[in-house]
Amino acid sequence: MAADRLRVAVFGASGYVGGELLRLLLGHPQVEIAAATSTRYAGRPVGTVHPNLRGLTGLRFRSPEEMGGFDVVFLAAELQTAIKVGADLAKRNECLIDLSPAYRLRDPAVFERYYGTAHTAPELLGSFVSGHPEDNRAALRTARLVSVPGCMVIATLIALRPFAADDLVDGDVIVDCRIGSSGSGAAAERLNLHAERSGALRVFAPHGHRHEAEVCQASGLAVRMTATGVEAVRGAQVVCHVPLRRPLSEVEIRRLYRDAYADEPFVRVIAQRRGLYRLPEPKILIGSNFCDVGFSVTPDGRRVVAVAALDNLMKGSAGTGVQCLNIRMGWPERLGLAFAGLHPI
Amino acid sequence: MSDVGVSEVRCPACEGDVEIDSSTRQFEIVECPDCRSELEVIGLSPMTLALAPEVDEDWGE
Repeated sequence: MAADRLRVAVFGASGYVGGELLRLLLGHPQVEIAAATSTRYAGRPVGTVHPNLRGLTGLRFRSPEEMGGFDVVFLAAELQTAIKVGADLAKRNECLIDLSPAYRLRDPAVFERYYGTAHTAPELLGSFVSGHPEDNRAALRTARLVSVPGCMVIATLIALRPFAADDLVDGDVIVDCRIGSSGSGAAAERLNLHAERSGALRVFAPHGHRHEAEVCQASGLAVRMTATGVEAVRGAQVVCHVPLRRPLSEVEIRRLYRDAYADEPFVRVIAQRRGLYRLPEPKILIGSNFCDVGFSVTPDGRRVVAVAALDNLMKGSAGTGVQCLNIRMGWPERLGLAFAGLHPI
Repeated sequence: MSDVGVSEVRCPACEGDVEIDSSTRQFEIVECPDCRSELEVIGLSPMTLALAPEVDEDWGE
């Protein structure tokens, strides 16, 4: 292992996001994975839990105690654990990139309203830079604490950004989110039994989804979000109904998107008149760090239906985490992330 | 390699750039690489594009 590689650790490495981080970091040319923690699987090879990594590393899970002295720690634990360990990890390591929901919201009252419990480390809220490169690239270059938004938040912000930035929205934005089963994590709860999940189109959050608060905070828009679990393992798609302050033509909207994302390495504007994939679909993004965004506008130009799709474990989480790392370290943003999605799959 | 000139013409549907080579003939159909519209070459000097007539698809209606 080259001595000048960055020493990174993954806290909570046995979950789906943790596994995806390990997959990406093992292929990253500037990084050495110095530790991967799991309370449950401490001592076992990471391939035990993440079989796609067999033969690629001799790394074993270690217990999460005494996690200090790393260049970067990725925090991929569930909410309460992340809240519990966040302050200590922040203090003992050079840089912390959190992928949990623990530090995304700035206002403790909003956190309590959406999560149903008070935040036990409210002093940390507001001290993390949002890990959303499309909006926060400059701040990420020097950030020591980074909080990556939720997957549906990333997709929604990318879909809405051109309209929010130009103050073009007139009223509530309705966002219909669809997400695959990996979005509910690796815990073997009853809801994840095949018998319960297969074939389901489950509207698990008709209103008040936690990601709604993040989108409102980041965009300044009034957003109402509905979330549905669909028959897929990976992938998230958001369909945003945007009322416009003044009529816009298809050409004008396409120009807004082009201007917003011309230089973005992982955002593609997809709104085509022909072909099978005319608007963004997660299916062709699986395994990649791309977020596709597209739209259709009503004939009167008063309402846009903006669509964005991504792989929830990649651009929706681990991929964006590594993209933030690249920005933070001054490396090319595509480093270790430049591959396309799978097709067919 | 053939010596074929290429000109850029704006797509009438999305304003994307469509590259047309000089061997293209009138009434030929080309495709916009951005919005995938089928475009008909309705003039050569200057090169002019228009949306080609569409055949609608029936998506289960």
